[in-house]
Amino acid sequence: MTSNGNDAFVAFERVQKSYDGETLVVKDLNLAIGKGEFLTMLGPSGSGKTTCLMMLAGFETATHGEITLDGKPINNIPPHKRGIGMVFQNYALFPHMTVAENLAFPLEVRGMGKSEREGKIKRALDMVQMGEFGGRRPAQLSGGQQQRIALARALVFEPELVLMDEPLGALDKQLREHMQFEITNLAHNLGITTVYVTHDQTEALTMSDRVAVFDDGRIQQLAPPDELYEEPQNSFVAQFIGENNTLEGTISKIGEDSCEVTLDDGEVIDALPVNVSEVGARTLVSIRPERVEYNKDRLSPEAHTIHAEVLEFIYMGDIYRTRLRVAGKDDFIIKTRNAPDQRRLKPGEQIEIGWRPQDCRALDA
Amino acid sequence: MSATDAGDMSRAAADARRADAESTGPVLAADGSPLKVSLNRALRAQKLRALMLIAPLLLFVLVTFVAPIIDMLFRSVENQIVSETLPRTVVALDDWDAETLPDEATYAALTYDFIEAAERRIHTRLGSRLNYETTGLSSMFRRSGRGVDDVGEEYADQFIDLDEAWEDPVAWAEMMASSDWLAAQSEWAATLEAEGEDAAGPEPLFQLSDGIRTLLPETADAYRSFARTVQQEDQDSPLEEEPWNSVYLALYRDLVTVPAASVVEYDGVGAEMLVAADTAVDGFETVDLRAVWEDMDDGWVEMPIWETIEAFSDPYTAGYFLAAVDLQLTPDGIEQQPDEQRIYLLLFQRTIFMSLVITISCILLGYPIAYLLSNLPLRTSNLLLILVLLPFWTSLLVRTSAWKVLLQNQGVINDTLVWLGFVADDARLALINNQTGTIIAMTHILLPFMILPLYSVMKTIPPSYVRAAKSLGATQWTAFWRVYFPQSVPGIGAGSILVFILSIGYYITPELVGGRTGTFISNRIAFHISESLNWGLAAALGSILLALVLALYWLYDRMVGIDNVKLG
Repeated sequence: MTSNGNDAFVAFERVQKSYDGETLVVKDLNLAIGKGEFLTMLGPSGSGKTTCLMMLAGFETATHGEITLDGKPINNIPPHKRGIGMVFQNYALFPHMTVAENLAFPLEVRGMGKSEREGKIKRALDMVQMGEFGGRRPAQLSGGQQQRIALARALVFEPELVLMDEPLGALDKQLREHMQFEITNLAHNLGITTVYVTHDQTEALTMSDRVAVFDDGRIQQLAPPDELYEEPQNSFVAQFIGENNTLEGTISKIGEDSCEVTLDDGEVIDALPVNVSEVGARTLVSIRPERVEYNKDRLSPEAHTIHAEVLEFIYMGDIYRTRLRVAGKDDFIIKTRNAPDQRRLKPGEQIEIGWRPQDCRALDA
Repeated sequence: MSATDAGDMSRAAADARRADAESTGPVLAADGSPLKVSLNRALRAQKLRALMLIAPLLLFVLVTFVAPIIDMLFRSVENQIVSETLPRTVVALDDWDAETLPDEATYAALTYDFIEAAERRIHTRLGSRLNYETTGLSSMFRRSGRGVDDVGEEYADQFIDLDEAWEDPVAWAEMMASSDWLAAQSEWAATLEAEGEDAAGPEPLFQLSDGIRTLLPETADAYRSFARTVQQEDQDSPLEEEPWNSVYLALYRDLVTVPAASVVEYDGVGAEMLVAADTAVDGFETVDLRAVWEDMDDGWVEMPIWETIEAFSDPYTAGYFLAAVDLQLTPDGIEQQPDEQRIYLLLFQRTIFMSLVITISCILLGYPIAYLLSNLPLRTSNLLLILVLLPFWTSLLVRTSAWKVLLQNQGVINDTLVWLGFVADDARLALINNQTGTIIAMTHILLPFMILPLYSVMKTIPPSYVRAAKSLGATQWTAFWRVYFPQSVPGIGAGSILVFILSIGYYITPELVGGRTGTFISNRIAFHISESLNWGLAAALGSILLALVLALYWLYDRMVGIDNVKLG
């Protein structure tokens, strides 16, 4: 997998985009996508991820900077000459054509002969297990089926790059999970480079080779899913990806790979300095709920612990979810696996909690 | 509920579903009645309320719109005026051979009918009606109305010469009237004398005696016609009025035909007078009725009038419809109108052709506008939409008059073209009072009716379709033509139906700017409604127009499908 700008398949170089000439929707975007990579652009709405996709597809022009595809700048190439497959949020299947006609469309406009077309259409339909639906109209298909056809249509002309704009947004949860699996499989089997836009972090984590987290027109972090989850580089990413506990405080001691943070109520905890540099700086500490430990035996002897009061215990089957009051805040969540030796906490109970310093990341305030 | 229970339940439900699917009979509700029946029952209150909500408008429309239209359509076939005004003539013509002039009896019948019609002053109405079919009849009827009361005068004179009593209204009335009527009449006269007009009311309607009707059928009929007309039209009493000459004519004709024995046997009032007259009548000088009518107007001894009366004697006629498509009813069947009178087919063709041109112009001009509107941001498109709707807020007359100013020979457009040098001053374009003027003005007036449905349909086409097409490799034009345009067709359909139907019946604008060559069939209908007063023909033309629109609607439904029409 290449993420090096020189031999990247798709590259954004210092790309900026403004619609009104006053505010930038995309600010100085640099991104390199390797051939065959499945990259997800994840972010809240208005973060600029869809604009990036549209610039890549050619429906928006970059205000500044350059986008290259396979080494060639594509800023001035109209969308229909880019040869990029695209799956739209609402599928955009042409309602006046049958499924087969929809699939034939990209082949026809490329001047492909009838027999060749039919073979390709059949292969594409079989690929998404919709072989028998060629004669139907899109309105006669269910949401999931339309999704598959949209996918088949984007792939039927064998593009090297496929863009997907929240393609699963309109499906129900079960179908969505199933389609996530199918799309990743297809993309990997065909070796297509995929750029996928979503605001659903689960989707991003389960499907992608790498995830670019967008906020405020910038990529906040670009990393493989596990790294993104376990090693968020700033507090936005930490809070946006997965469940997260945050505590506010000031750096009181700082070392190479650990630091001490004095919380606002005076308690001291251990943390890993990520993007804090000096004593006295304000910080937001982030701890994943499943990394919090209240069984003293499992903590190292020198670890700092902190006092907590159990407010609520929720039984969720595979896990227990417990809400605590910690350092004056009562939205601190811990998750524990439902195991035979696990003790159930009771509301009102006073406990000491702690964690490994590397699990507690001191991020920008 | 235990798990097994739940399992049983779901199995039972599945069984029930399968049973439902398998059974072919109607689905039954819980109480055993068919589901449809109980559904209808449940929805009845809802339907009733819906009906109540539309009731005021429905009633209004029925009374002020549907009923007059039905009445109007009825007029296109209704033709009772001939058989009502000339009832005896129509009967007499039943066994006419239609090759020679009718016999004397028919002329006599015409005399009885015509005098009554003339006295009731309805003969001119019939004249104008028949004039639609054969020109010249209107003046002929008016002239004859003035002379008809002299027909039969010779017989009157001879009867009076024979016996002065034939001049006496009372003698006539007593001879003709039933005893009941005479009694009622004298009672009425007494009341009138004692208590005045208000208490008495009108004189009882004249009744014939049965005896005289059997003995002298024509005379009785003619006398009753006279008596009732006098009563109803002049509020006079037959007891005070000398009968019309036509009654003497009838008496003569009766006495000549009735066997002498029957007259002798007759024992009613005035029997002696009748016997005397019957004896003398053979020596009377006879009059040639045909010659008398010829004196009034030559037309009465020519074939066309009789052919016309015969052709239109039925209470219902296809004559108006035939006239509306340049045909006419003749004794030899249906024929084309003479060349110089054929105008309606031409007008229909012109109306359809110009409506098509206007509809196509509206599509060509409206489509880009609607496309632009639907792709602009909401604020801008709303502003532009107001501009599109602006014509709706200006009076139609003002807009049309503005076009007159613009298009006329010395108008703004011609002046500009001359000034720019495109057109020579002595060769100014004829833009008004012809088809061009009508097409320009009506395209402008009807354009909003095309833009609005187009806009509302285009508004619902997501931009992602065109984007998808482009991403699939289609050029701008292919994406538009293969993907966008087919989805906007329902809007074109709706707009075209609206514009075409509106323009096919348009009246004001063609009237004002159409001149001679740019008028529509509706202008002709208006002419017949308000000027020539030939409502039957107007109704027939209107019916054809209505049928035409319905046929086009049907055709459209077959070709495009009416479900594809979207107004928003």
